[in-house]
Amino acid sequence: MYKLFLRSLISVLFLLGLSLYANAEFKVGFVYVGPTGDHGWTYQHHEGRNAVEALGIKTTYVESVPEGADAERVIRQLAQSGHDLIFTTSFGYMDPTNKVAKDFPNVKFEHATGYKREHSNVSTYSARFYEGRTLLGHMAGKMTKTNTIGYIASFPIPEVIRGINAMTLAAQKVNPDIKTKIVWVFTWYDPGKESEAAQALIDQGADIIMQHTDSTAPVQVAEKAGVWSFGQASDMQRFAPKSILTSIIDDWAPYYVERSIAARDGTWKQQDTWHGLKEGMVAMAPYNSAMGSDLIKEVEQLQKDLASGKAHSFTGPIYDQKGNILVAEGAVADDGMLAGMNVYVKGVEGDIPQ
Amino acid sequence: MEVQLIKIEKRNDVSRSIYFLTPVLAIFLTLFGGGIIFYILGFNPIEALKFFFITPISDLYGLSELLVKATPLCLIAIGLSFCFKSNNWNIGAEGQLIFGGIVGGGVALLFYNHDGFYVLPIIILSGAIGGMLFAMIPAILKTYFNTNEILVSLMLVYVAKLLLDYLVVGPWSNPEGFNFPETRQFSESARMPILFDGLRIHAGIFITLITVFLSWLILYKTYLGFQIKVSGLSLKTAKYAGYKGKTMIIIVFMVSGACAGLAGVGEITGPIGQLHRNISPDYGFTAIIVAFLGRLNPVGIIFASLIVALTYLGAETAQIFLQVPKYTGQVFQGMILFFLLGSDYLLFFKIKFLGLKKNEL
Repeated sequence: MYKLFLRSLISVLFLLGLSLYANAEFKVGFVYVGPTGDHGWTYQHHEGRNAVEALGIKTTYVESVPEGADAERVIRQLAQSGHDLIFTTSFGYMDPTNKVAKDFPNVKFEHATGYKREHSNVSTYSARFYEGRTLLGHMAGKMTKTNTIGYIASFPIPEVIRGINAMTLAAQKVNPDIKTKIVWVFTWYDPGKESEAAQALIDQGADIIMQHTDSTAPVQVAEKAGVWSFGQASDMQRFAPKSILTSIIDDWAPYYVERSIAARDGTWKQQDTWHGLKEGMVAMAPYNSAMGSDLIKEVEQLQKDLASGKAHSFTGPIYDQKGNILVAEGAVADDGMLAGMNVYVKGVEGDIPQ
Repeated sequence: MEVQLIKIEKRNDVSRSIYFLTPVLAIFLTLFGGGIIFYILGFNPIEALKFFFITPISDLYGLSELLVKATPLCLIAIGLSFCFKSNNWNIGAEGQLIFGGIVGGGVALLFYNHDGFYVLPIIILSGAIGGMLFAMIPAILKTYFNTNEILVSLMLVYVAKLLLDYLVVGPWSNPEGFNFPETRQFSESARMPILFDGLRIHAGIFITLITVFLSWLILYKTYLGFQIKVSGLSLKTAKYAGYKGKTMIIIVFMVSGACAGLAGVGEITGPIGQLHRNISPDYGFTAIIVAFLGRLNPVGIIFASLIVALTYLGAETAQIFLQVPKYTGQVFQGMILFFLLGSDYLLFFKIKFLGLKKNEL
């Protein structure tokens, strides 16, 4: 009798364990700030998700989640419904991500572009987009006739300022007379505002347009006006085939694949990732042949050197707008300085809005 | 050529019970229409509707979230019912919400690191006053300068949005926040008390319930409520009765603005806890649907706000579990309004087919 009881107990436990195991299928969740079809920021994160899905890992996404009170609920729902790893792909999800992470210690969280890792199950990640900007600066310096580069900027946060500076430094290296004109649009995605800004910059003599915003409007304005431009986040070539020299591509796929596998296999650890050309998180779209093969060769070499570490986007001497030295000759800026960058380098026009 | 002649006649005998039943009919038609849409998109309609309307509220957390989402919608819609009942078309509740949030948030920042029971009531009050003052702009322009309140109130939404943008990017941005467009997190004393541990439902719901009760009292038991009703039914009658139209217009806008301001302050001191650019996912506009779905009646509005809140939650759950596109939530809100207006039309008007007639043209 006792044996029978024990046997049935064991089999019940076994079945229970089996059903728990079946329920515990590994799942990865993604929270997007825009629609998957924005052809910019969210589109690229979605491509990253597709790469994870292609591995046979089950994934879920929620698109167009406002960065307000709703974000916390969506993140929590993903955690509650059995997702083991959750990517929150916009800066505005920083506090909600950390808040939910506190209540779900067994779920791993990955927050893009933020700086808060309040719990051991929260990692942050971002890309060294500024390395791509260095390449754009080189091309811009060589291609401009008016020596004026137009730059559409979103918010005066370190990431955007870093891009402006990296681009200007690289352009100055090949063309000392270069001037960078900036229009702040205070939005990440607003085709109307972005195209107005592009037009204003062209009217002020810019013959190169680049953007730190996500819509395809600026490159389309540039195409119409017959000036050069650069795409942002994804390859925007088909929206302005003549005008676009190249695009900086955010390639999240390798990172998402790596972290998903780590979380599935139990080797996931908290970290702060900042990958660039070397790891492939920043990639360049094909170069426009209108640049000429010599310039393309130069840029490809620079791209290799940045990836290998032979070249660095912020190599001294670097001066601020007033002529004070920021980085000494021969030195390179460290990551701490890059992460908190809040001054323009010499050659950028105007002041940072405060 | 022969044509079918149609005559549209007003019905004089609309029963009250049918009048309040049509919103329910509209909801059922929406469910039916939604099922068809899900089917066309390739989902099992029953399963999709279940994930949309039942799963989100099948646990305590979901119910709490439903109330968190319905609270601002209900508050704003109650305020709007004062305006709409008296034929004043305040379309700018979103702006009044944001302006209330700005004033309340400014006070919260002023009291940063201040303890004391008085902090939160001051913030709430200042938010309500902020929304009220902002709503008085279209009201005064309408009464004294004959402007169109629809346009003025709508345009002021953009003014409020841009002002908020300016403040969180510039002077009010978090000094330790690397220039990111957001303020500091408010101190604990400036936050709405949470009612249950682990849930987000906060004391703002009591403000909403008190407001609902007071509105019912004012609308149905006071002389002002009677004036509002008469003005809505016939402006001429109101004039003959000698009502002071101007004062009433300003009062209904003030009530409406104060409610929207309260909703804004409830969001920033409740689930959000700071000011940034996205304090409202267009609650002020969605509340217009809520107000009409609830028949401009305080109790009706409570139910309507719960249903519309559910369409938001449902869109999220349906995407999580079935990957249904998130925008179906907005499609559902649109369908509810469409079916409601459609059935209203058939309720108040008779369509008569007069048979085939020779076209003489």
